[in-house]
Amino acid sequence: MADRTLPIDGSLDLTPPREGESTWLETLHSWVITVDHKKLGLMYMMLAIFFLLVGGGEVLFIRIQLAVPNNHFISPQVFNRLFTMHGTTMVFLVGMPLVFAWANYMIPLQIGARDMAFPRLNAFSFWLTAFGALFLYFSFLGGAGLYGVGNAPDVTWWAYAPLTARAFSPGNATDYWALALLVTGFGTLGGAINIIATALSMRCKGMTLMRMPLFTWLLVVDSGLLLITITPLTAAQVMLMLDRYLGSHFFDTQAGGQAYLWMHFFWIFGHPEVYVLVFPAFAISSEVIPVFSRKAIFGYPAMVAASVGIAFVSLGVWAHHMFTVGMTSAGNAFFALSTMLVGIPTGIKIFNWVATMWGGKIRFATPMLFCTAFLFQFLTAGLTGIMLSVAPWNWQLHGSYFVIAHFHYILVGAIVFNVFAGIYYWFPKATGRMMNETLGKWHFWLFFIGFHVTFDTMHFLGFEGMPRWIYTYPADRGWDHLNLVVSIGGLIQGVAVLIFAYNLISSLLKGTIAGNDPWDAWTLEWSTASPPPAYNFATDPVVHSRRPLWDVKHPEDPDWKYE
Amino acid sequence: MMLPEWLRVGRIAGFVFLLAMFLSSYAFAEGPQSTPSIFAPTSTPAIDIHHLSLFVLEITGAIFVVVASLLTYVIIRFRAGNAEDDREPAQIYGSNQVELAWTVIPVLIVVVLFLTTARVIFAIQDAPMPQAALEVTVIGHQFWWEYRYPKQGLVVANELHVPLSDAKQPTPTHLKLLSADADHSFWVPQLMGKIDLIPNHPNEMWINPLTSGLYVGQCAQFCGVQHANMLLRVYVDTPEQFAAWVNNQAKPGMQDPSVAEGRRVFETEACMNCHTVQGTAATGRFGPDLTHLMSRDTLASGEIPNTRDNLRQWIKSPDSFKPGALMPAMQLSDSQLDQVTTYLETLK
Repeated sequence: MADRTLPIDGSLDLTPPREGESTWLETLHSWVITVDHKKLGLMYMMLAIFFLLVGGGEVLFIRIQLAVPNNHFISPQVFNRLFTMHGTTMVFLVGMPLVFAWANYMIPLQIGARDMAFPRLNAFSFWLTAFGALFLYFSFLGGAGLYGVGNAPDVTWWAYAPLTARAFSPGNATDYWALALLVTGFGTLGGAINIIATALSMRCKGMTLMRMPLFTWLLVVDSGLLLITITPLTAAQVMLMLDRYLGSHFFDTQAGGQAYLWMHFFWIFGHPEVYVLVFPAFAISSEVIPVFSRKAIFGYPAMVAASVGIAFVSLGVWAHHMFTVGMTSAGNAFFALSTMLVGIPTGIKIFNWVATMWGGKIRFATPMLFCTAFLFQFLTAGLTGIMLSVAPWNWQLHGSYFVIAHFHYILVGAIVFNVFAGIYYWFPKATGRMMNETLGKWHFWLFFIGFHVTFDTMHFLGFEGMPRWIYTYPADRGWDHLNLVVSIGGLIQGVAVLIFAYNLISSLLKGTIAGNDPWDAWTLEWSTASPPPAYNFATDPVVHSRRPLWDVKHPEDPDWKYE
Repeated sequence: MMLPEWLRVGRIAGFVFLLAMFLSSYAFAEGPQSTPSIFAPTSTPAIDIHHLSLFVLEITGAIFVVVASLLTYVIIRFRAGNAEDDREPAQIYGSNQVELAWTVIPVLIVVVLFLTTARVIFAIQDAPMPQAALEVTVIGHQFWWEYRYPKQGLVVANELHVPLSDAKQPTPTHLKLLSADADHSFWVPQLMGKIDLIPNHPNEMWINPLTSGLYVGQCAQFCGVQHANMLLRVYVDTPEQFAAWVNNQAKPGMQDPSVAEGRRVFETEACMNCHTVQGTAATGRFGPDLTHLMSRDTLASGEIPNTRDNLRQWIKSPDSFKPGALMPAMQLSDSQLDQVTTYLETLK
């Protein structure tokens, strides 16, 4: 079935010119100056995977330190820097680049376009992100400033005021943190504008908005959310820098500023940010689950509506991160309600995915294994989210290991699992070669086991009163065994990721040739060559339904009759 | 690929089993624990939260069982069997009735959860303070706790004493939460959930402890390098114990002529810039009040037992216990260290 040729109207099956003749330096140069959406997508992806390994390495030190009570493996100063950098890295240098990695590579292919709407803006956004990342990590060298204190930022990724004021954070580490996020933030804004413009104006003939693949839909909604939420973060960083260097007092509590104000600014960015990060995961599952269940997505309009609904509600829930800061009872009740409401569109999405699998013929190749595990984990994460929305219970759970478990169920159990699914699924398209399925299964099962050993256990540490951000804990608290288990699970995940990295490289060099459409899928990207040639399609494709390739493969029973 | 189903089922069963184990181990535990579990409450707001949490666990647990079973069924039932058979299954595009059903049911669940939650929020936050309530002002410092009892005129540090309350004649303790520097959070799980101490933003909470004993917890909002060792100790005393404690704390510092050299070191070196000993020239306010240092079980905000060796080592080098603590090493000679330690040991 992989070799069914797909002569969809106007698509071209070109083998790209091999770059074997050019020198190493020429190849590098062509990547640096490129404005091609596919190359930029891959560069975003490589940036994200690189920092995933860096951020994962940081947490390895954290878990060794916490494996036993009263440990002296690393100092409190180093520990505080490591978790600050771990959080900042994973959110801004892994999660955000991943949004643009997927969007850049996939959206033009899925909507039958030759490139993004603004290719130069695209390249500019990437390099802002990359140099912002470099800037943040340069703090390890330059953060001490003239004071000889500390190096990397150590104020948590929330950077709550007044800890970021110069009285509490001398040196330049906090400046690197604020400015790096300012720079990557501009990159993010450019990328978001580009995605929206591309999806609105570059769709091929016949592709109405309601025929756009769900993947593209989710990333468009995601970009809209980014435009709204990055703005307050950027504003807050500017205010912080004014406080630190030009004598303003927005957050400077010693001069009458309000720590409270930073919290609102941060979380009106920070909560929608969680959805920004998870939407690509939804997007990947919305492609992988139908293809491997051999069925059309169930309830496409409901899925679109639920996505927009989640984005909308997510803008009104930020203060559920602030149940413990002393809001009024009415304020707490309001944010408890708005947070619980998120559960409704989220539930709709889970049910629609399950209904898509219902009555299908499910093939458990590696991408589908990751997506199936994602459904269980996302269900659990949603339910622990409901627990956290219950404000009085939140007074107990907030800031504890229960919260860490909850959001890693999203960030790892939903996002990272789907990123792996997406890589196994689209690797053949991007490289022309299949990833090794046996190694994929090893990767999946080890990572799955490691994930649950670590993060299931963390919930109970939270119940037992262990707060986050602590570099050590007394031996008599009864937290030692569970912490050891958590650390062991972390190592198992580390081994799984190494298997993945090996698989990635070895498959790139000697994987079996994939062909145009190895998974027998239905969206436009599978109609062109693997890897797609420059400009993707020589002439604009024409589509008649949400699954153009289904129509081609099943002329006797095309989709457009039913939509 | 056959999905090892036993693994999935095992995971769910394991999760439920673990949960049951943890809940049961605390359901029968009474009184203060060295593990500050949120499932072993002994004070009114924590008990109310505990009841609410069990209700929420039941609802979310039921949702998990239903949806996870459905998902498991789908995985087993609709797994592709014969690889040769490449006919596609029937294509179903959606159903408005089904969509409506799985929208309305969650809406109803949200209504129930919200009403239950709101009732507890208002009951705890808007409870009037009884006449008999004890008032304490808690001030968070990097990295220790200051407690002021305005009506009793007491200032103490790191170990909070409150009276046992009686269900019939409650004597709850109302805490006013302030911060001297960064954000902190007061969290003693067995007594009450956490509330933050934020500069320029006074907060309040109350506890109504029904079992006496020592309760532990710690700062729950990152406040700087030694956040991890900003431990909390709350002693719930019987009314007699509490009265005796107040009585002792209200006295000025002990004046023992046999330790005059130590006192002179304390008052001439920099100690008195940061520490107070009532009845002497030492009136510093940056560090903990030491008037009744020896009445406390621990040093360094609960980190180490209050012994002579620890006290001497702490004065010599606070970093050896708490790297990054704001108290500087005082560079005293060995004999000065002995003298000042001996002096402090008289402050009962």
